[in-house]
Amino acid sequence: MVILLCKRLAQAFLILLGVAAITFVLLYALPADPARMIAGRSATAQTVASIRHELGLDQPLLVQFWTYLTGLLQGDLGRSYAQKTEVWTLIAARLPATLTLMAAGIFVEVVLGITFGTIAAVRRGSFVDRLVMTASFVGVSAPQFVAALLLLYVFAVTLGWFPMSGYGSFAHIVLPALTLGILGAGWYARMVRSAMIEVLNQDYVRTARAKGLSSRRIIFRHALPNAILPIIAMIGIDIGQFMGGVVVVEAVYGWPGIGQLAWQAIQQVDIPIIMGVTLTSALAIVAGNLLADLIAPVIDPRIRTS
Amino acid sequence: MTVLRSLFRQPSALFGLAVVLVVVVLALAAPLVAPFNPDEQMFDGLTLEGAPMPPGGQFLLGTDTLGRDLLSRMLYGARTSLIIGLVANGIAVAIGLFIGIVAGYLRGFMGNVLMRFTDLMMAFPALLLAIVLAALMKPSLWIVAMVIALVNWVQVARIVYTETRGLVERDFIMAERSLGAGHGRILLLHILPHLIPTAIVWGTLGIATTVLLEATLSFLGIGVQPPQPSWGNIIFESQSYFQAAPWLVFFPGMVILLTALAFNLVGDALRDILDPTQRGRG
Repeated sequence: MVILLCKRLAQAFLILLGVAAITFVLLYALPADPARMIAGRSATAQTVASIRHELGLDQPLLVQFWTYLTGLLQGDLGRSYAQKTEVWTLIAARLPATLTLMAAGIFVEVVLGITFGTIAAVRRGSFVDRLVMTASFVGVSAPQFVAALLLLYVFAVTLGWFPMSGYGSFAHIVLPALTLGILGAGWYARMVRSAMIEVLNQDYVRTARAKGLSSRRIIFRHALPNAILPIIAMIGIDIGQFMGGVVVVEAVYGWPGIGQLAWQAIQQVDIPIIMGVTLTSALAIVAGNLLADLIAPVIDPRIRTS
Repeated sequence: MTVLRSLFRQPSALFGLAVVLVVVVLALAAPLVAPFNPDEQMFDGLTLEGAPMPPGGQFLLGTDTLGRDLLSRMLYGARTSLIIGLVANGIAVAIGLFIGIVAGYLRGFMGNVLMRFTDLMMAFPALLLAIVLAALMKPSLWIVAMVIALVNWVQVARIVYTETRGLVERDFIMAERSLGAGHGRILLLHILPHLIPTAIVWGTLGIATTVLLEATLSFLGIGVQPPQPSWGNIIFESQSYFQAAPWLVFFPGMVILLTALAFNLVGDALRDILDPTQRGRG
């Protein structure tokens, strides 16, 4: 177990290193020039050159990458070009907002997914089942920004129940969390349904039924706990997905998280911030997957032995 | 043929197929069916106050903030979405097939390197990567297609890799090899044909993902650039106006949803039909 953990951690470390390298090369190769961006449109070639020198952008790619890497290994993500602040400080200031949104979104997903997935599985083949499956398909096919704008129109503009945008109170988080949660719940519902159907066909469920247990007790005490495993794995993957996908939702709702930070940085060609957010997201993806793998054997002893 | 017959037997797949057909026909026939020139800013396309016209009357779905006919723009936008869907996803499936087959067949050092690279790409935040790439390049239809292809091949590669590895172990490949067949012959005549169902399924499901991704990039203003209409950039252009003119978000939003849903439904049904082991699963 410890050896496996060490192996996985080393693997995760190498993957992050690779992500850093690829992102670095990509950003280096792209035609956008940060020095010109900072200098402004009317700057002379000399000013641009001196800014480029100041940022170390006139050095060879390998030297730049080495500098970045050595900094990274000491926990230093570099300084923002435009804001002249440590990238880590900027990310750390935005992280709570994104994590809050992520937690709320995943909460909505899990609650909706388990509820409707279980209902669909228990009433397999019925009208309700088909309705849930259709709705889940619509959810996973809907573009986030359209759902966001429609929810805004109905609940903020027309009904005025929730604020249009911003951050701070509970009312602010409802619409962004619903946007993320309703669409994502489709995956969870489908997964819970197929896991539940499999469990409900097991012998021990039949035994429980034969003993005369109520169906409620069978579903909640005997079946659901065994169908929960894929959900755990799914949450792990989801954490990563969220970190990459928050740009759109944060843009529509003016949510001050790292998605918004990334979006501003992209428009200013602020490469250290783009690198920092990409790495943070990659870290979340890797950590999410690792967490899912580690929690699985704790919940399901069958995995431990194999 | 049996595949088609099985498709027709499922109502949801039939619905998806019908929607796909309608979108394709309308996109192809856009110049014939569009009531107006999609780029023409019409004088009577705006109200006296200069606001967009609501749906109904001369402009069936209303007009946008520049007085252009929304229906005509959406019809031409369908072309953009489908071109990007087909090109981007075609490239993604091709890359995925190539890397998956090579890694699965060769294994050894090369195969290992390719699969580790695929693992690496799995850890990339795909949407963020696409946004960064699209924003920092000069966006055009083809750049958008390339960007989407670059982030979407990974899943196909992993699935093809697993399937190829299974195929290589099978007796008929062993027999072929002992008869002295070269790598090229084995790959093209014996492995590739077995992967065609996978390619068809992902070729269909992937279009849904691609259409959504294109719409998202265009919505952020870094996808297909106006005046060339795309469903995403119609919403991007009218976003600040959407409280007063919600139809400018609603109609394009609904066609994006319907198109993605249709390709998902058809792809899902195809997976059930072509791969019986997956039947009834998520």
